Amino acid sequence: MSALLTAGPVRQTRENDQKLAALAARCHYYMALMREAEDRIERKLYRQGKVVGGVYVGRGQEAIPVGSALHALPDDVLFPSHRDMAVLFIRGVPLGRVFAQYMGRVDGLTRGRDGNMHMGDIHLRVVSIISALAATVPVAAGAALALKYQGKDGVAFCYFGDGATSRGDWHEGVNLATVQKLPVVFICNNNQYAYSTPLELQMACANVADRGPAYNMPAEIVDGNDPLAVYDATGRGVAHARAGLGPYLVECKTFRMTGHSAHDAAHYVPPELFEQWEKRDPIQLLEARMLENGWAGREALDATHARIRQEVDEAVAWAEQSPYPDPATLLDDVYEQP
Amino acid sequence: MPTTYLEAIREGLWEEMERDPNVFVLGEDVGVYGGAFKVTDGFIQHFGARRVVDTPISESGIVGAAIGAGLMGLRPVAEMQFADFISCGFDQIVNFAAKCRYRWNAPVPIVVRAPSGGGIHGGPFHSQNPEMWFVRTPGLKVVCPATAYDAKGLIKSAVRDNDPVIFFEHKGLYRRIKEDLPAGEYTVPIGKAKVVREGRDLTIVTYGAMLWTALDAADELAREGASIEVVDLRTLLPLDRETVLASVKKTSKVLLLHEDTRTGGIAGELAVSITESIFEYLDAPIVRVTAPDTPVPFSPTLEEAFLPNTAKVIEKARWLWRY
Ligand SMILES: Cc1ncc(C[n+]2csc(CCOP(=O)(O)OP(=O)(O)O)c2C)c(N)n1
Repeated sequence: MSALLTAGPVRQTRENDQKLAALAARCHYYMALMREAEDRIERKLYRQGKVVGGVYVGRGQEAIPVGSALHALPDDVLFPSHRDMAVLFIRGVPLGRVFAQYMGRVDGLTRGRDGNMHMGDIHLRVVSIISALAATVPVAAGAALALKYQGKDGVAFCYFGDGATSRGDWHEGVNLATVQKLPVVFICNNNQYAYSTPLELQMACANVADRGPAYNMPAEIVDGNDPLAVYDATGRGVAHARAGLGPYLVECKTFRMTGHSAHDAAHYVPPELFEQWEKRDPIQLLEARMLENGWAGREALDATHARIRQEVDEAVAWAEQSPYPDPATLLDDVYEQP
Repeated sequence: MPTTYLEAIREGLWEEMERDPNVFVLGEDVGVYGGAFKVTDGFIQHFGARRVVDTPISESGIVGAAIGAGLMGLRPVAEMQFADFISCGFDQIVNFAAKCRYRWNAPVPIVVRAPSGGGIHGGPFHSQNPEMWFVRTPGLKVVCPATAYDAKGLIKSAVRDNDPVIFFEHKGLYRRIKEDLPAGEYTVPIGKAKVVREGRDLTIVTYGAMLWTALDAADELAREGASIEVVDLRTLLPLDRETVLASVKKTSKVLLLHEDTRTGGIAGELAVSITESIFEYLDAPIVRVTAPDTPVPFSPTLEEAFLPNTAKVIEKARWLWRY
């Protein structure tokens, strides 16, 4: 099977309406949490000089990590990329530890050894990216191989952007996974830019999903600003992978509503594109849908935002109490300590 | 008007592209964006997209394409967005580019530019000094300028060189270092070190950003009466041992300094060269100041402990001086 599928809208019947309402509420919480946490990092802590190093956010793309990672079961292993912060929250990483990471404090997930989204927690089965794009693709294939080897029905969730699919590692990892029929769901955020490079200078095909057939890998395209559509598509991918049919690619069409990083004003992006996509803000679209379908009232949504602001306030305060790492620990952990 | 280290590289590249229509640049975001650090800012407007090629995120592809174009008679200058990502093009550099001339006498006249170095809170993947991966690959040339003058003169020589040159630009120097450059055309030869400061009591040998640390330390210790000579290697491969040996013969004491990690750093090679050739001239043990053997840590407290700095150099240099 090498079909290039296009997902239809999520079916709304009376029976699944309640389920959808609950799912929408979970999506809304995690998406709003990611937005608030990243806003705090980029627009406050970074400008105050409390965040050292670069900051890359996923503003406008929150539906993708959220809609997909909500499928993850305990045995599954996740490989979020640099615009997928919500994966960490869904997996149970405490908010304060994420802020501590950005501020280089000892309570960050890397204990001050690395910064920004370069973090993971092996106990929660979240693997840290390295900076080199697509390097996690073969690693995710290997993790999936281990799950199969160990007789578990877990799946690897591997995230990347459109630009990362130009790397040899991407192609080697995908090919290995397909040949070995490994349980990986590849989740691409196609935000149409890689730093300043637009899609047409990145690849000669129109969609990342077009790469699927070359590997005999099913690939589908979804609206990456609709968490329920992402959820649905990822669900199909996870079912496919768990059934032992091999990897599956979900391409989520979206837009990067920021510069590449906090120091990039993105003058190379035509302003109309920002205006156009601003109207498709995934959180606002979801809220409108929740209100329209009677899944939530305005007060409930406002209460979620208020609760999130408080959680973020508390987590930032906690992280600011965390000390910088002791320089005496510089040499520790290059190898296992005796 | 003083020229920054970054502008010096930019000017050198620009002049070479004006001089020779076979010179072109390629890399990620080098065109419309002008490169992540803006080294090629304005190039695409002036030279056009034929000579300023925005590539996909494909380091192996970029280096390989440069090799192919070089074999066909062009003079490509490939940019790595950060030196840390040069590892993604490693095989093309160390196995393809480096071995063509020796195996089948085919020149590969390419330059791979790589912004390297720490002190910018870049963490493990935006701060590395990977020069020694290449210094142990015969067939390559490895250049690490420390001044704006040398950066311009060496990039021009690199473009004109008929062998593959890996050109490490220290990110921490890009906008920090400025000097007045000669109005006319000049080049700086690859493979020649330079005595940057003359002295009698001991020699500090270094390269890249650490040159400035060495000079600061020498200034400090001059107040205590020490006369310190500073040698800037400028090129690590081929290594100009003669200039180093001549200086150490004169001062009889040597401190080897680099930002790169300790084991397998250029200091080890220099130390052996010195003891092999002029052991009897030494009045003291050879001393090194380097980063320790760890990845480059992110947090400011750890990075400060990691990087060599003026205080660390002064401490060792003072000990050596008094030895
Ligand atoms: C191998 C490699 N080359 C270059 C970079 C520098 N870089 C960091 S992010 C980025 C753009 C990534 O684009 P994409 O994969 O589409 O993800 P997005 O940032 O758009 O989410 C680049 C070029 C890198 N991290 N790794």
